Amino acid sequence: MPTSQAAVDEHAHENPALLHHFATEAQQKNAASLGMWVFLAQEVMFFGGLFCAYLIYRYKYFGDFGSASQQLNIWLGAINTVVLICSSLTVVLAVRAAQLGKRMALVCWLVATIFLGLVFLGIKADEYAEKFEKHHVPGASFSYHELLPGQQKFPEAERQYANPHHAEMYFSLYFAMTGMHALHMIIGVGLFAFLAFMAWRGKYTPNYYTPIENAGLYWHFVDIVWIYLFPLLYLIDRHR
Amino acid sequence: MATTDGPDFGERESYLNAGHGLKSWLLTVDHKRIALLYLISITFFFFIGGFFALLIRLELLTPGGELVQSDTYNKLFTMHGQVMVFFFLIPAVPAVLGNFLIPLMIGAKDLAFPRINLLSWYLYIIGGTLMVYTILNGGVDTGWTFYTPLSTEFLKTNVISAAVGIFFAGFSSILTGLNFIVTIHRMRAPGMTWNRLPLFVWAHYATSIIQVLGTPVVAITLVLVALERLFHLGVFNPALGGDPLLFQHLFWFYSHPAVYIMILPGMGIVSEVVCCFSRKRIFGYTAMTLAVVGIAVIGFLVWAHHMFVAGISIYAALIFSLLSYFVAVPSAIKVFNWTATMYKGSITYQTPMLYAFGFVGLFTIGGLTGLFLACLGVDVHVHDTYFIIAHFHYIMVGGMVMAYLGGMHFWWPKISGRMYPEGWGKLAALIVFIGFNLTFFPQFILGYMGMPRRYHSYPPEFQILNVLSTAGATILAVGYLLPMVYFTWSMRYGKPAPPNPWNAAGLEWQTHSPPPTFNFDEQPVVTWEAYNYDEIGEIPEKEKEEVPVAH
Repeated sequence: MPTSQAAVDEHAHENPALLHHFATEAQQKNAASLGMWVFLAQEVMFFGGLFCAYLIYRYKYFGDFGSASQQLNIWLGAINTVVLICSSLTVVLAVRAAQLGKRMALVCWLVATIFLGLVFLGIKADEYAEKFEKHHVPGASFSYHELLPGQQKFPEAERQYANPHHAEMYFSLYFAMTGMHALHMIIGVGLFAFLAFMAWRGKYTPNYYTPIENAGLYWHFVDIVWIYLFPLLYLIDRHR
Repeated sequence: MATTDGPDFGERESYLNAGHGLKSWLLTVDHKRIALLYLISITFFFFIGGFFALLIRLELLTPGGELVQSDTYNKLFTMHGQVMVFFFLIPAVPAVLGNFLIPLMIGAKDLAFPRINLLSWYLYIIGGTLMVYTILNGGVDTGWTFYTPLSTEFLKTNVISAAVGIFFAGFSSILTGLNFIVTIHRMRAPGMTWNRLPLFVWAHYATSIIQVLGTPVVAITLVLVALERLFHLGVFNPALGGDPLLFQHLFWFYSHPAVYIMILPGMGIVSEVVCCFSRKRIFGYTAMTLAVVGIAVIGFLVWAHHMFVAGISIYAALIFSLLSYFVAVPSAIKVFNWTATMYKGSITYQTPMLYAFGFVGLFTIGGLTGLFLACLGVDVHVHDTYFIIAHFHYIMVGGMVMAYLGGMHFWWPKISGRMYPEGWGKLAALIVFIGFNLTFFPQFILGYMGMPRRYHSYPPEFQILNVLSTAGATILAVGYLLPMVYFTWSMRYGKPAPPNPWNAAGLEWQTHSPPPTFNFDEQPVVTWEAYNYDEIGEIPEKEKEEVPVAH
């Protein structure tokens, strides 16, 4: 930014992280955090379209969705939920370390968050691979021949099977929703890798740690999306 | 703090001569330079979209399909719609004038996130490149609305590249909105309270809320359309249990509020221009601020009036019809207040004011015919006819483009540091007004008589009105080319502009023309209400004459 050089020099005696167009550090920090919240509002609406589609088809095809949902591995989903909740904790600890100016603690907590994020993505990849093997990926090779929930108690001849088109709809939404979530996870892991590198170089101080805080907000949002996705996708009609 | 240097173009450092070479423009983070980058890009797309419009009108000159056949015609109106809506109308005022003026109007050095501002331009360019690729690669013929399952199952054209291009343009729009919201909240000068903000800024605030909350919904919807085409998912395909109505709901949830993204900034421009050339404070400032926010909020609750004949529940249709009537209330408040502002004002007829007059009249016609369409019975009669086409062109072209041109003339001295030629400006405004009405008024009649939209041929008895419309379109084209020519001419040969040629209120007029990179020589402090024209007085006799500002 050659044009802003003059102003940067003007503020050189102050916090070097203060950008030229802000009057005070408080103004800069408030602007950045409001910006993040507005961005998250945008994210809510982005995922909202998918949740809306899910809601309508789950209502229309409840039995088929229940049948398809039971093809998912509930334990892998549950473990991933725990992993993500733990990663939210490590992010909070990272922000705390940044506030206290503990450079190595900050780097360690960020790396721990990256690790947990990668564990989640690994488990998710394993689940996706299983879907490919069972031909549960929507598209030309999709095939589905499973009972509706609660049909095992009837004699074989009277059992009802799920409509494969509607099960495919479930898997379409499953891949769209978890795929979009995983994409956000990948971006988050990349973000934390960058922040960990900058933190290791000592960029963040108790006076300036806004990027850590904002990346933390983003990560919490991605976690919350999963907190909704897990029951909606994995826990349909399990009690029968 | 009022700068009284007089015309000083060329002697002083301004944002225009702060850096030289292509790199200083393509990597700039100055909101004023980014606004000019946007100006060039949206003008490019405006003329592409206009070219398609002229081809459409040329085809409709005769009842038979003499120029193009139906397949080509489908592509023409699709690409006209997509280019104009997503690459011109939505970014035009916010990304050019809003970008340039909001920091100046609130007394800030820049937007809150200058680099995100540049990123949003690059996203727009990526989207625009995909759109150009779509056009050059044979086009797309979904209609601008991408209705499924036509777009996902049956067409062989470039649906995916068009959808992805619009996805990128959408994120450009979201980031612009995000930047404006944070800037208006956090970057106001000392003393610039919410109740002292110019209505232009309020209008952009309301617009930004729609951009941030509406655009992501259409973004994810277009992702689903692209995925459905690629992998044959069934989300919107009735053959596989999907529901095309769900697509329409999701699409219009954004695309109706998008109409307000296009018109609200125009309303902001008109408020500034009407006050300046009536030399009066705006009538009902608080009502005007509540009206823009009201339009934004109610605008989110009316989308299904696009689907009255699509098979939605009659009870839903009743409620959406009622809510659509409600939008007319804040819109009417705005029209009445502009009129009341002019009442007993000291009106002068400079070019921006001529466009503002055009806006108020044409927006009123467009808005009132919108009420016809909100009415269930009438909508069934005129649905998918030229009545609809005429209605929304009165809002989009008669309203929004008029306001945009008015704003460009009003702030051109600030942007370029040069005056445009006033005589040519007035002539162009007149040509645009005549051309516009000649193009679109016959379409109201055609639609009411039953001529459907989106057909390349029509019964011979409709020909006279279609010929009138095509004649109007050519006049309109001349009216749009003229400003481009004389604006370009004035950048070199125009009279140097003083800091405040209109003796207007507003912080943007209290710095140099063109402004320095950081906008103000010293931090402005605001101690007066918006539009304090009773304290400022008249427009100077000669534009170059300096009248001291009375704060």
